[in-house]
Amino acid sequence: MSSEDKTGTGTESVAKTPLTRRDFLKTAGITGLALGATGGLGGVLAACGDDDGGDAGGGEGQGRPIKVGFVAPLTGPLAAFGETDQWLVTKWGEAVKDGVECGDGQVHPIEIIIKDSQSDSNRAATVAGDLVTNDGIDVMMVASTPDTVSPVADQAEALQVPCVSNDCPWQPYFFGRGGDPAVGFTWTYHAFWGLEDVTAVFTGMWDQLDTNKKIGAMWPNDADGLGWADPKTGQPPMLKEAGYTVVDGGRFQPGTEDYTPQISKFKAADCDILSGVFIPPDFVNFWKQSYQQGYQPVAATVGKALLFPAQLEAIGEIGYGLTTECWWSPWHPFKSSLTGQTCQELADAWTSESGGKEWNQTLLHYAVFEVVVDALKRTTDVDDKQVILDAIKATDMETIQGKITWSAGAPLNPVPNVCRTVLVGGMWTKGEEYPFDLLLVDTQHAAEEPFNVEIPTNGTVEPIKY
Amino acid sequence: MTWANVVIQGILLGGLYALFATGLALVFGVMRMVNLAHGDLGILAAFVALFIVQSLGLPLGWATALTIAIMFLVGYALQRGLLNFTLGTDDTRPIVVTFGLSIIIQNALIMKFSADSQGLDAGRIENISIKVSEQLSVGWFPLIVFVIAIAVIAALEVFLARARLGRAFRATSDDREAAELMGINNRHIYSLAMAIALAIVAVAGILLAVRTTFDPTQGSFRLIYAFEAVIMGGMGSMWGTLAGGIILGVAQTVGTQAFGAGWGLVVGHLVFLTVLAVRPSGFLAKTVTA
Repeated sequence: MSSEDKTGTGTESVAKTPLTRRDFLKTAGITGLALGATGGLGGVLAACGDDDGGDAGGGEGQGRPIKVGFVAPLTGPLAAFGETDQWLVTKWGEAVKDGVECGDGQVHPIEIIIKDSQSDSNRAATVAGDLVTNDGIDVMMVASTPDTVSPVADQAEALQVPCVSNDCPWQPYFFGRGGDPAVGFTWTYHAFWGLEDVTAVFTGMWDQLDTNKKIGAMWPNDADGLGWADPKTGQPPMLKEAGYTVVDGGRFQPGTEDYTPQISKFKAADCDILSGVFIPPDFVNFWKQSYQQGYQPVAATVGKALLFPAQLEAIGEIGYGLTTECWWSPWHPFKSSLTGQTCQELADAWTSESGGKEWNQTLLHYAVFEVVVDALKRTTDVDDKQVILDAIKATDMETIQGKITWSAGAPLNPVPNVCRTVLVGGMWTKGEEYPFDLLLVDTQHAAEEPFNVEIPTNGTVEPIKY
Repeated sequence: MTWANVVIQGILLGGLYALFATGLALVFGVMRMVNLAHGDLGILAAFVALFIVQSLGLPLGWATALTIAIMFLVGYALQRGLLNFTLGTDDTRPIVVTFGLSIIIQNALIMKFSADSQGLDAGRIENISIKVSEQLSVGWFPLIVFVIAIAVIAALEVFLARARLGRAFRATSDDREAAELMGINNRHIYSLAMAIALAIVAVAGILLAVRTTFDPTQGSFRLIYAFEAVIMGGMGSMWGTLAGGIILGVAQTVGTQAFGAGWGLVVGHLVFLTVLAVRPSGFLAKTVTA
């Protein structure tokens, strides 16, 4: 089986020997990376190879293997977003190990090829192009912040491959890629919350605290920051409408060493609330300097940097009481359409199979494959990408991420190609089993239109203790 | 008071830049060699310390001491075994070789440690500060970094001025052939200079790693700042390097305060270019080339 040695994720073998194969992929990927840095793409091609995958077995009604590409930030500053991705690929493989019966009446084996973006948007685009042109994938999947999702979606659009994504606020996804609400995109479909949701969740948490409603806002000069800070489609007008004053720290460069000017500004303006969106290393830097310089907001609620336990562990003891958006938890009342697993069961499976790691929100990436499988089941001709695309377009299903459909119209589909999903507010507290536990402290927004999902809270918002 | 705070934080940041630049200035001063792998060697030191802390379980203090010793030996071996052969009439050879070295170090680090961001934890000292007034607090850790930078540079200056070996450094720098005639082994002297340079950059790398997070590709940014500090201060002058580092740090923080976020780095580079145009030899240049 030549293909088995080359790609990491043929469906049949994944379940039997996941570790060796993943280790191999890792080594191969690193070799590719080392070569890639000096010699262009040669290394990556060598690592992933050209795979015809034609060995998946014969039999009556057996269709050709369908290849699904998945781009993930497995290394680099965004590696925390890709933490569960390798594991998810093996879970997906197990869930469809007998193949999927597509709309053409044949059972097609599914092969998932995962590639590392190294947290770099240029590289994400390169490996996405690679998946299409060299691996010949039928469907693309991607998740993990605008820096990964947008370049991959753009490639899919340009190369005319259907692409399903989540884990990227929809405004940076849509407007950041130059989307026109009247037209939309052709090949790319996305399910995640938007800035209106994160604003509602953030203000919902702040409203429970006694503050002067002044926000010191840190929005960086990257795809996420520009989307969040957009004076028309971003957070500023929404926060103003909610009765909050924004003191803008300016579009700082990711990787900035010193935040004195911003911290001084927030101190001088007496901002009780710190908000914004950071890449994790930058927030660690900012928050340490805030302590050093005596800036002590009542609440610090930032996007992207406080999502996962590993990020909080890097911050250390000054991380307790920080608040964040939470897009997925074991307490969300959703089920996998592939296996019937509940969110809690998926989280438990991750913990037991990862050697005791705490659950984290990236398990939400699970849903992109649910959408793909559901669409394939309705695809009458797998050789025609347009037919696969039409099936994706017609999606209307319940996933581990909640309801996903692209044909319900506003407000669930605020623009074409985008489906909003639930968002709640979480706060980091000292855990019993782990150093940090994320408690759900505000779930009001999820219970409202258009979501109508009741999620129980298991904590209350408290001011940060200094 | 806000401005005073911005300037003070910039000065403290400049201390770290200067510490990164000192080894570069020393190597250039002694053997007229531009080491393009200098920044990567600093990051390498941070990873060595991380490795010692994580796999040997030693506390950060011991790891730092051990890392400095390791980098000293690496420096000596590197110069004696490789870089000495590149020195001679052609100035471009060491540049090409150290550029290659920089790429090798980066990729070796990625292979061993992946591209993930890492951090070294020094505990509470990272978060506490001296409060001078409502708008002015000085963090203990940045202050300690700055004091270490001054101490290292002062010690190096005294060493170069007074110690027998330091005099040999200067003699070799002034006239290689004459020094050789006086019984100085140039190759040994060069190797010791590189060893000291890497011991210093090891300190800088570890302090950087505690201050913020680091990853294998950060070396080249460090090199740019270090170069700017060295050139602004004057090639070969240690105190000049400190001055250059401080100017760069202050330009970055004041630039951000004055023109908004995103402008800090630009203003830093603009100040550097201005100095280069107006005073190409730097502020405190000691060595005269050609």
